[in-house]
Amino acid sequence: MDQIDKLAADVPLLPAATRDAAPARTRRWHIAVFLAPALLVYTALMIVPLADTLRLSLFRSVEHAPVFVGLDNFRVLLTDPRWSLHFWAAFRHNLYFFAFHILLQNPVGIALAALLSLPRLRGQAFYRTAFFLPTMLSFVIVGFTWKLILSPLWGVAPALLGSVGLRGWFHPWLGQEATALTTLALISVWQYVGIPMMLIYAAMLAIPGELIEAAELDGITGFAQFRKIKLPLIWPTVGICSILTFVGNFNAFDLIYTINGANAGPNFATDLLGTFLFRTFFGNQLQLGDPNMGATIATMMFLIILAGVAAYLFGIQTRMRRYAL
Amino acid sequence: MRMTKAAWVLSGAALVMAAPALAADATLTIESWRNDDLPTWQEKIIPAFEKGHPGIKLNFQPTAPKEYNAALNSKLDAGTAGDIIACRPFDASLELFKKGQLTSVNAVPGMDHFTAVARAGWSTDDGQTAYCVPAAAVLHGFIYNQDAFAKAGIQQPPKTSDEFFGDLEKLKKDGTYVPLAMGTPDQWEAATMGYQNIGPNHWHGEDGRKALIAGQSKLTDPAWVAPFRELAKWGPYLGDGYQAQSYPDSQNLFTLGRAAIYPAGSWEIAQFAAQAQFKLGVFPPPVPKAGDPCYVSDHPDIAFGMNAKTKNAEAAKTFLAWVASPDFARVYSDSLPGFYSMQTQSAPVTDPLAQQFLAFRTACKSTMRSTYQMLSRGTPNLENEVWVASANVINGTETPEQAAQKLQKGLDSWYKPAK
Repeated sequence: MDQIDKLAADVPLLPAATRDAAPARTRRWHIAVFLAPALLVYTALMIVPLADTLRLSLFRSVEHAPVFVGLDNFRVLLTDPRWSLHFWAAFRHNLYFFAFHILLQNPVGIALAALLSLPRLRGQAFYRTAFFLPTMLSFVIVGFTWKLILSPLWGVAPALLGSVGLRGWFHPWLGQEATALTTLALISVWQYVGIPMMLIYAAMLAIPGELIEAAELDGITGFAQFRKIKLPLIWPTVGICSILTFVGNFNAFDLIYTINGANAGPNFATDLLGTFLFRTFFGNQLQLGDPNMGATIATMMFLIILAGVAAYLFGIQTRMRRYAL
Repeated sequence: MRMTKAAWVLSGAALVMAAPALAADATLTIESWRNDDLPTWQEKIIPAFEKGHPGIKLNFQPTAPKEYNAALNSKLDAGTAGDIIACRPFDASLELFKKGQLTSVNAVPGMDHFTAVARAGWSTDDGQTAYCVPAAAVLHGFIYNQDAFAKAGIQQPPKTSDEFFGDLEKLKKDGTYVPLAMGTPDQWEAATMGYQNIGPNHWHGEDGRKALIAGQSKLTDPAWVAPFRELAKWGPYLGDGYQAQSYPDSQNLFTLGRAAIYPAGSWEIAQFAAQAQFKLGVFPPPVPKAGDPCYVSDHPDIAFGMNAKTKNAEAAKTFLAWVASPDFARVYSDSLPGFYSMQTQSAPVTDPLAQQFLAFRTACKSTMRSTYQMLSRGTPNLENEVWVASANVINGTETPEQAAQKLQKGLDSWYKPAK
């Protein structure tokens, strides 16, 4: 909590920066030397590929030769119904996927963290590990396990429901258009709820005991204490969790691909921008890969995430109240 | 760029003379998507080749089918692909040939063992240049559990569509077996083993397929909507929760003896014969009315071509010539039952189930999947659209007419038939 706050809060100007004690002529080579490795690696692995993706999105392959077309690929993606229908549908699904996470994953994460940080809870370490375990599993295992659990043929879900006389409630949720995306979102929440839980748990542990003691002396206990004392102190952490979730969700691909394949069935009901990008870029069965349109979608994803993060940083982060602990 | 016949002969002669010097020098790496066939290649096909061709070693290096196209394209672009390329039929490989990554195989000795139809899957649109040597075709049909048919009192496999649904109804009433083993989430099952399996009987095989390519018929014509109408009736006979029943689920459901009929491709034969504890039978797709001519999907599936950048061009040509020879046809058909040679002289097939499948070829007229040639070149891609549409129709979320209209609209948006 402390660290995150210090990172996020405006850094006051240090006196050293203004002192300017060193003579102007001294070249401070060590700065460049120390920066170089990180800068080189980051440039080679992040900035160059990103720039190249942007460049690719401005070209189109005509007779196997790249032709510069400006922003025309974006026009096609956003307005030509052959592309735009898929694009906007994937975008809507992404928004839904994200909303589901924000409305479920964070509150559950906060609740679990609050319960875990109760001083008199027995078996704390066990619960903490159990809740965090799915996060550490590979998405392939998570996807495969849930596919099996929910399988109408071999799954335990129909049998479990049957044992309490509710077999009729079971549906092939992953295969129905109306329920597939929600089911996937729930699986994803199940897998990743450990991350907000851990971050918020750490933030709660960092709340000084005197503060809680003072609250108790004033007669604020139980849920009121959580709402009035603890919650305001963990908002910045919740904010960080939300933005991590946002970035993760708009890049989501793996779980959908593992469970419902690159076609994101049924009838594209679970198609996210990530699977749409995959199909376009690498091709799918008889559809040949189109790196240029793929790069265009990747660029749009980048812009969407950039816009979301910027909105958070300037719209919410700066207005958040912070308390020095 | 193209090699003349004389050049091939010369290089062949050079190879013969250089053979002793080459001994054990050339190792050909074969790219393929048939990872299931790895043991068969290692135990049967490679020894058969190496016995007759000392000095050339083969290294079969398959990739998972799903990743093959993407992986192969990247490897070819980067110059790290193997010497021999297993070719997908039609556009995927045509694209590689146009990029100069595959070479013409017109001059490979033995190419005259193939009919023009067999070569069509790996030839330029004008049919003049072939770039891969056809290796195998797969047939479609239905595999059934003979015990299940006996239990439900079905004497003979169905011949007409009405009989087919009548038998499904009997199986459903009996209740011991799931009548049809198929699911819709993987989509390609619905399209390949559903639509492309029963469709040719309705659109009259090659006639219909060619008329579609020529623009003389439309996907909204009755002949093309009819298969969707039939598929729409499949839903009630599929297993509970078929909307989430994956392809391996269907295979297991059938081989475990819990389902009666499996809409199949002949590539399932080896696996099913090994796993099923009951007697298997096959029947061709039922015809609409008794006495109608029957058609069967006899789809060109695998061919082999040469990586244009290979360092072992001579050895690669020797291998391709072997693929075009009856020797290869014999070994391949025999060790991989369900994959049928496309050479004019048919290779003997020993597996009884594979023989029954092969009999479809003589009883019915052969055709290939309707969406593969030319029609899946643009966006939206017809083949992929058919996957989605077939699954939707079986799921009941789209009517046959809606599905057909959507497909035709998508095709019209980019496909202009040659006049």
